[in-house]
Amino acid sequence: MKQWPLVLLGFVAIAAWPLLTDDVFLQRLGALVLLAAISASAWNLIGGYAGQVSIGHSVYFGAGAYASLVLYTQLGWPPIAGAPVGMLVAMALAAVVGTPTFRLRGHYFSMATIAAAELARILVANWKLLGAAVGLMGPPVPRSVVDLSFISPVPYHYLFLAVLVVLLGLTWQMQRSRMGYYLAAIRGGDRAARSLGVPVLRYKLYALLLSAAFTSLAGSLYVVMVGFIDPDSALGILISVKMVIVAALGGSGTLFGPLIGAIILVPLEETTNAVFGGSGTGVTYIVYGAIIVLIARFRPGGVADLWRSITVRMARRAA
Amino acid sequence: MILLQVVVSGLLMGAVYALFSSGLTLIWGMMNVVNFAHGDFVMLAMYAAFFAFTLLHLGPAFFIPGAAAVLFVLGVVVYLGLVRHVARGPMLAQILGTFGLALVLRYAAFWAFTANFVSLPDNLVGGTFDIGGLRIEASRLLGGVLALAITLGMHLVLTRTMLGSRILAVAEDRNAAMLMGIRPDRMQALAWGVGAASTGVAGALIAMFFYISPTVGESLSLIAFVVVCLGGFGSVPGALVAGLGIGVIEALSAYLIGAVYQDVVVYALFLLVLWVRPQGLMGTA
Repeated sequence: MKQWPLVLLGFVAIAAWPLLTDDVFLQRLGALVLLAAISASAWNLIGGYAGQVSIGHSVYFGAGAYASLVLYTQLGWPPIAGAPVGMLVAMALAAVVGTPTFRLRGHYFSMATIAAAELARILVANWKLLGAAVGLMGPPVPRSVVDLSFISPVPYHYLFLAVLVVLLGLTWQMQRSRMGYYLAAIRGGDRAARSLGVPVLRYKLYALLLSAAFTSLAGSLYVVMVGFIDPDSALGILISVKMVIVAALGGSGTLFGPLIGAIILVPLEETTNAVFGGSGTGVTYIVYGAIIVLIARFRPGGVADLWRSITVRMARRAA
Repeated sequence: MILLQVVVSGLLMGAVYALFSSGLTLIWGMMNVVNFAHGDFVMLAMYAAFFAFTLLHLGPAFFIPGAAAVLFVLGVVVYLGLVRHVARGPMLAQILGTFGLALVLRYAAFWAFTANFVSLPDNLVGGTFDIGGLRIEASRLLGGVLALAITLGMHLVLTRTMLGSRILAVAEDRNAAMLMGIRPDRMQALAWGVGAASTGVAGALIAMFFYISPTVGESLSLIAFVVVCLGGFGSVPGALVAGLGIGVIEALSAYLIGAVYQDVVVYALFLLVLWVRPQGLMGTA
C-alpha cells in the first residue's frame, strides 16, 4: 500500500474535524458520517467482500438499537450496556436466518433478505414489549456519565471514530488473511469457489456473523446518540438501503469505500433534509435512488474504482 | 359461509396478483434479472388510472388499456436505458439498478402525490352482486375475471404464436436463438414492455377497489417475488396458480389471525419456500 500517508492524513483530518469548527450542525455531521461509515463498513463484509448483496441489514441494526433500549426500559441498564447483548442477538439471528439463506445465490439472496427484514419490521411494530408502533425512548436525562448522553456531538465523534478504526483494522486483517482470499473467490462465483475447495457456506457465515455484530453495534451507537427508536427508524427498508448505497458509492468490497461513500452521502442527505425540511426525506431518497441507478449503470465499482483508474492512468503517463 | 366469502375475495385478488406476477416471471425467465421495481410499476399504473379518471374523466374502458400502454413504454425505456447495460455487469449492479429505480419511482410519487391515500369512487363499475348469498363487489369481480383472462391470454400468446416462441427461444438459449435469426435484444425489450404492461393492467384494476399510495408498491413487489418463487421462475401457469393461492392465503390469514399479520404469513411462507425448495414449488431449474 503506497497510499498510507494519504490514509493517515485522512484520519488525522477526521479526528481534528470537531476541533476545527464550533458549529454544532457541522460537528453533528461529522459524527453522523462516522456512524454511517461504521454500518456501511459492517455491511461491506458480507455485501462487498463476499458479494452477497443483503438488503435486509436493518434486522441487525434494529437488534442493536432495540437491545439497548429494551434493557434500559425493562432493567434500567445504560443503553451502551445493551450493545454486547444486541451483538449476540444479531449474531444468533444471522446464524438462524443466514444459514438457510446462503444456499440462495444472487437475486434470490437479496429477495430473501428483503422479506426477512420486512417480516421483522411488522413483528416488532406489533410487539408490546418493544414499544410496538410507538417505539422506545432512552433516558430523558442522563443519570450518570455511563448513559453517554451528551449535548455536544463531539464525544460521539470520538466514540464512533474509535469503533470505526477497530472495524477497519479488523477488516484489513481479514482482507490479507486466508478469509480475505476465500471471500474474494466466493464473490467471483459460488460454484467456482467450491470447486477450488473453498468451504463456501462456512466462510459466508463467518462474514455474516462479523457483519451482523458490527451492524448491531452501529444500531446501539445510534440510539445512544439519538435516544429514540421506532420500527421505521430502526427496521425500515431505507435503513438497509442506506448501508448498501453508502458502500456501493464509495466502492463495495474495498477497505475505505464505505467511509468515502459516507463522507459524500451523509452531508448531501443532511443538507437536503435541512433545505427541504419535513418533506426532505422524500427528496433525499429520490437522490439516493438516482445515485444507485447511476452507479449501477456507469460505475459498479464506485468511487474507489474511479480513483484506481485515475491513478493507473497517471502512473502510465508518468512511465 | 363467511369462510367461502373470504376464499372468493382472496381468489379475485389473487387473480390480479397472478397477472402482474406473470409479467415479473416473464422478465425473469428471459434474462435472469429481477425487476425490484415491479411493485412500483403497479403503483404508477394505479396513479395513472386515478388521474385518468379524475383529470380526464376517462372510465375503466379507457384507463385500463391506457395504463397498459403507458407502462409498456416505461418497460421498454427502462430496458433500453438501464437493464440492458446492468445485465452485463456484476451482480451488485444488476440488483442495485432496478432497486434504485424502485426508490426513485416510490419517492418521486411520494413527492409529487404526497403520502395521502387516494382512491377511485366505489361505484365506478356497478354495485355489489349477490350470488347465492355471496356478496361480491362488481369492481373486484371485473378485476379478478379480467386479470384471469389476460394472464391466460399471455400464456397462450407465449405458447401458441410465433412471437411467443421467439421470446421463449431467447429465454431458453440466447445464443442459439441468435443463430436462428432472432434478435435477443428486441425480444428482451418486448418482454420488458409486456411485463410492465401487465403491471399497467393490474394496477388499473386494483385501483378500482383498493386505496392508492406511493408506498403500496413495496409490499406488491414482495408479493410478486413470492408468487414467482412459488410458481417457479419463468412459468406463467405457475404464477397463475401461485397468485390465486397467495390471494387465498392472504385473505384467510387476514380473517383468521388479523389483517396486520397477513403479510407476515405470506413473507414467512416465501422464506420457507426459498429455503426448502429454492427452485420454486413447480420450477425445475
